Amino acid sequence: MGTFQIDFGESARKRIVGIDLGTTNSLVAYLDGATPKVIPAPEGGNLVPSIVSCLEDGTFVAGEAARARLVPHPERTVYSVKRLMGRGVEDVREDLKLLPFRIAEGSESVIRLNLGGKLMTPPEISAQVLLELKRTAEAYLGEEITQAVITVPAYFNDAQRQATKDAGRLAGLEVLRLVNEPTAASLAYGLDKRKEGVVAVYDFGGGTFDISILRLQDGIFEVLATHGDTHLGGDDIDQRLMAIALEDIASEWGEDLSANHEAVQTVRRAVIAAKHQLSMLPVVRIEVEFGGRQYQRELKRELFEQLIQDIVERTLQPCREAMRDAGLTPEQIDEVVMVGGSTRIPLVRKAVEALFKAKPHTELNPDEVVALGAAVQAAILSGDVQDQLLLDVTPLSLGIETMGGVVSKLIHRNSTIPASATETFTTSVDGQRNVLIHVLQGERELVKDCRSLARFDLKDIDPLPAGMARIEVRFLIDANGILSVTARDLRTGKEHSVEVKPSYGLTDEQVEQMIRESFEKAEEDFAARQVREARVEADNLLAAVDKARANAAWLELSEEERASVDEALNGLHMVYHSEDHHLILAQIARLDEATRKLAENMMNKAVREALKGTKI
Amino acid sequence: MSELHILGGPAGADHPHCWRCGHDPAPEAKEPVSLFCQFCNSLQPPVPDYFAFFNLPRNLSVDLEELQRRFYSLSRLLHPDRYTRRPERERTYSLEATAILNDGYRVLRDPVERAEYVLKEAGFDIGEQRSRDVPPELLEEVFELNMAIDELKSGDSSVVPQLEESRRHFQTMLAEIDSELAGRFTEHDRAPGRDAKREVLERIRKILNRRRYIRNLVAQVDQQLTAQGA
Repeated sequence: MGTFQIDFGESARKRIVGIDLGTTNSLVAYLDGATPKVIPAPEGGNLVPSIVSCLEDGTFVAGEAARARLVPHPERTVYSVKRLMGRGVEDVREDLKLLPFRIAEGSESVIRLNLGGKLMTPPEISAQVLLELKRTAEAYLGEEITQAVITVPAYFNDAQRQATKDAGRLAGLEVLRLVNEPTAASLAYGLDKRKEGVVAVYDFGGGTFDISILRLQDGIFEVLATHGDTHLGGDDIDQRLMAIALEDIASEWGEDLSANHEAVQTVRRAVIAAKHQLSMLPVVRIEVEFGGRQYQRELKRELFEQLIQDIVERTLQPCREAMRDAGLTPEQIDEVVMVGGSTRIPLVRKAVEALFKAKPHTELNPDEVVALGAAVQAAILSGDVQDQLLLDVTPLSLGIETMGGVVSKLIHRNSTIPASATETFTTSVDGQRNVLIHVLQGERELVKDCRSLARFDLKDIDPLPAGMARIEVRFLIDANGILSVTARDLRTGKEHSVEVKPSYGLTDEQVEQMIRESFEKAEEDFAARQVREARVEADNLLAAVDKARANAAWLELSEEERASVDEALNGLHMVYHSEDHHLILAQIARLDEATRKLAENMMNKAVREALKGTKI
Repeated sequence: MSELHILGGPAGADHPHCWRCGHDPAPEAKEPVSLFCQFCNSLQPPVPDYFAFFNLPRNLSVDLEELQRRFYSLSRLLHPDRYTRRPERERTYSLEATAILNDGYRVLRDPVERAEYVLKEAGFDIGEQRSRDVPPELLEEVFELNMAIDELKSGDSSVVPQLEESRRHFQTMLAEIDSELAGRFTEHDRAPGRDAKREVLERIRKILNRRRYIRNLVAQVDQQLTAQGA
């Protein structure tokens, strides 16, 4: 039996793009022949800022256009929304101290942000960024894009992954795979090099930190261990610098600006610029101009490094744990790959080099390497790349709540995915009809220290004496790192229904509802625009006809011709306020037709007069 | 490579039909379940038997390099990444099959998990076996250990060296147990016939219980030592 696969051509070969949906910036890439390429944004440059702004008319802009609104319209504009994906309001208290998010009431399980009066969940906001990338790709490639691979931090939990998938759906993209960012980066690095050996990927981005250790062999990229911190990134460094600048300004100007959104954004922009320059220069200047006043201070790299020392230190512990989990010492790591903008900081490079005792790779642009890898994964899925395969792991252990609030682990962290586990449940009371299973993710022993994923309700159990029912529940983590649960009654062998109540994030129904609404909205918006355009056209024509009736050419028309123009005029006035643009356009065409002779007469008259003029 | 595709199903099961083309997917095979249909090459519903999946004899000793080689080859054949453009039913089978492959690789590459799996398949009760009862030869030592832990908890850090010594001792015992296990594995694999194998398995079960008990002790000591910052 051969190992080849026959292509039945069930689905047309649509292009799949790779998307890096970052905290700070996002990118879209595709495989051009054998080379992954980032698609340039319309404004130039490859990075699309992950910023969304709500315009005064209720529509949205994302990317550069939204960034431009950050200072003048801070209350309508959001950034770093990735930090809120799949989280509840109590998870993000720390972030809220740092970021100017305006959380709406009732955000316990799903956060809602207030954008100038409009309430939006993080997946809906991220969907706007994805839409921008989708449009960019469509304009560049000249075809419709409906399928994508999207990258997520390796250390994202189930809810955060689900939220990312929801964002894709809301943007009209079928998310064929969620790929872990460091793993994607390894694909981009391994593609042309045909490397064998053990590679560590150190991914320090705007809002998250990940470390993954992989074994590369015969085109197989096997993740051995992964670790990370979903709340650690360049944002934290910016906060340190902003605190200093705002404090300085307060003492210099005698005014505390930390509650002034516009001022804070101005300062933020200034310190980020300084941070970037510090990766190349030993000393830089932070310069802020606000409200006609100026603030300046010098910042030496030395002081900067002291300020961020503990942040860099916090990335090293996960690295050590990942090595321990993989059963490897630093000497056994052949290469280290650097990913994410924060790895440009010289102190970060020094720390990584010291820990792994190897000079880290920085050949590929650390901002682009994840998107390039996503494009490779997209090509693996489409079948265009056949010899590479990624075997990733789940970053967190999966367990269920047992007696006394203890978590019993079913699938351990760093298990290769897809992975599964089965557990048999029974009833504890005579005639019991339901069994509630509480699923958690995390490494700790107690329920209160782990992350609640969902509650699964096994319903309609046959009423039996306690302990007689036997229901086998299968927990399956798919290749995206997302959990599904199925149940089977072992006595009857029948599939058992399971109702899922996610602890954080949106239910499937909510996402469906949002998609329907956005489609309806989009249709509504489109129809309204067509009506508006038709009326504008009608206005122009009516004005022209009014003017023409005052012209001598009007009298040159026959009685009949004039009557038919008047009739058509009436017709257009009648439908002018209609909400159906077809009716308006039909009457416009009719009036246009009826006034053709008039227009000709006018034209001839004008020509005659013009000729007369030249004669003199 | 081709013999990897033949999967052992439950003995005496009917030869199935391919869900796609209706043929018996592997008419020549002694064991009736196969990963792919010989006729149309479609992936068949997978059967969760780890040894059959890797096409390995039901032995307790496993060549780990060979296991890894087969894991990689099967991953290439079964992984969901390879089925994006295939019918939905086949995509589901690919997900199921890859989960079995990964679960099986995890179990078979670890000697203890592998032995527990074989015990469970042979009908031994291992999951419920909570080894709370102290093995008699350890009674005295465990008693002293508990005293030391209590003292440490009440703030007496002079017992730290004693705890570290116990820890080393238990680690040595674990190493001895592991080499004993390896010997029993060979004994099991060579034993002629079912009954002889079962006899060895029974002994392995006892060793595994002892091992689990000692491992829990080590974990307990570790936890106390880290908690006290010692």
